[in-house]
Amino acid sequence: MQRYSGFGLVKHALSHHENWQRQWRNPTPKKEYDVIIVGGGGHGLATAYYLAKEHGITNVAVIEKGWLGGGNTARNTTIVRSNYLWDEAAALYEHSMKLWEGLSQDLNYNVMFSQRGVLNLGHTLQDMRDIQRRVNANRLNGIDSEVLDAKGVQELVPIMDCSKNARYPVMGASWQPRAGVARHDAVAWGFARGADARGVDILQQTEVTGFKILDGRVVGVHTNRGDIGAKTVGCVAAGNSGVLAKMAGIKLPLESHPLQALVSEPLKPILDTVVMSNHVHGYISQSDKGDLVIGAGIDGYLGYGQRGSYSTVEHTLQAIVEMFPIFSRVRMNRQWGGIVDTCPDACPILSATSVKGLFFNCGWGTGGFKATPGSGHVFAASLAKGEMHPIAAPFSIDRFNTGALVDEHGAAGVAH
Amino acid sequence: MFHIYCPYCEEHREEEEFHPKGQAHIQRPEDPEACSDEAWGDYLFFRDNPRGVHHELWVHAVGCRKFFNITRHTVSYEILETYKMGEQPTITAQNLPGKDKQSGVQAASGGWQTVGARPESEALNDASNQGARV
Repeated sequence: MQRYSGFGLVKHALSHHENWQRQWRNPTPKKEYDVIIVGGGGHGLATAYYLAKEHGITNVAVIEKGWLGGGNTARNTTIVRSNYLWDEAAALYEHSMKLWEGLSQDLNYNVMFSQRGVLNLGHTLQDMRDIQRRVNANRLNGIDSEVLDAKGVQELVPIMDCSKNARYPVMGASWQPRAGVARHDAVAWGFARGADARGVDILQQTEVTGFKILDGRVVGVHTNRGDIGAKTVGCVAAGNSGVLAKMAGIKLPLESHPLQALVSEPLKPILDTVVMSNHVHGYISQSDKGDLVIGAGIDGYLGYGQRGSYSTVEHTLQAIVEMFPIFSRVRMNRQWGGIVDTCPDACPILSATSVKGLFFNCGWGTGGFKATPGSGHVFAASLAKGEMHPIAAPFSIDRFNTGALVDEHGAAGVAH
Repeated sequence: MFHIYCPYCEEHREEEEFHPKGQAHIQRPEDPEACSDEAWGDYLFFRDNPRGVHHELWVHAVGCRKFFNITRHTVSYEILETYKMGEQPTITAQNLPGKDKQSGVQAASGGWQTVGARPESEALNDASNQGARV
């Protein structure tokens, strides 16, 4: 792998930047791998990267039916935070946050992780009580978190309407300074480049059409490019996880919904943090390019079409204009949808299954991007050892039958 | 944006008048106390979540406020039929014509959006060509 550096940039300038090495190969599938990862999004690529880097397992294939990071990795609003209520979820997301903090160096790839802080607004007394509780829980778990009053919020975000005349006046917020945003495509590409350099085969435009299961043990996958053998298979397919699970005869408690997001025309710097509100139901940040990145809730119906209803977009923008009247005349540039695999308790599933050697990493719902490195890290450890990593263990599929849910709707129900 | 026919009001109305309420035809166990953890968990949390024909419950929230069922395709979003509570669907995944078009992403031909790339190679686009090496 050609390392990137300032010196390299100068060197390649001399040849008009025409001789950069390809970031990853486009290999022909082998007959057999030690581990196959189904799904070439951020989480799948991170899993492959950490398998190779931390566990020395390099005979790995990542199978992706479309192109790398073309699903939810490229469709989210790139918010990274770890201020979750319950110990299990906080451990997982904080593990991820710590990896984010060194990720650009680790990958030798600028993922543009910008710790500009995240505000979660409270608009009612109950919101503020929940925020107090969550902030206290965060601090006990060693996660930076503060409660701000309306004045504190106004100082951080002068353009927001924090007046008492607002329809849903801002009463305060929780504030996590270490949270922020990252460049989503770079995350997928950085992990892909790092994994490829360590020998992982990334097979794009290869669709898994079934699993080869022998005596209750997975031995490979069927694809549109022929059968590929494997000792261990990890499925990291977000919205399409349920479809894969059905092929293996496994039930998952997931529902796949459309989630829409949109960006505005580029503006001069005006918003230097991330603002989220569960109550008026929207979240917003400004990208380095200058466009406002806006999202809100899912469309309520099931959908695999990567698009949703216009009325949901309208409600999203109503919420944004409610908080930021100054943006009322900003024009929106693009709008898109992804398929999110929502779980009944708003927490992911990282789990072994009734089929030996077949693992699932799914159910991240509307908030998977922030967990990309952490999810890959603990899932890789689980695949390497054949048993779930301690951080991943509470997120098994069994919890929906035992009742040991990790109910994060309070911290995560709407906004991610 | 859906234009939904309410079988009780007997007219088409805008989507915003309705709320989706998840999978239809889920029976509450007759005796919940007698359920195993497995059966109770399945009833509460596990859903079909199909990529294709889906029978779902909707409520005409700001209209007649009645619940009814919709059969809808979850990729094309096409509403195939609506029917009253207590009735059974006439269109199902088994009897929908052209159902080969629902399965794989790359088998989707025109009409609806696909997930991920559509490969440039014709051979890969051909759903019947399973196992082709390109």
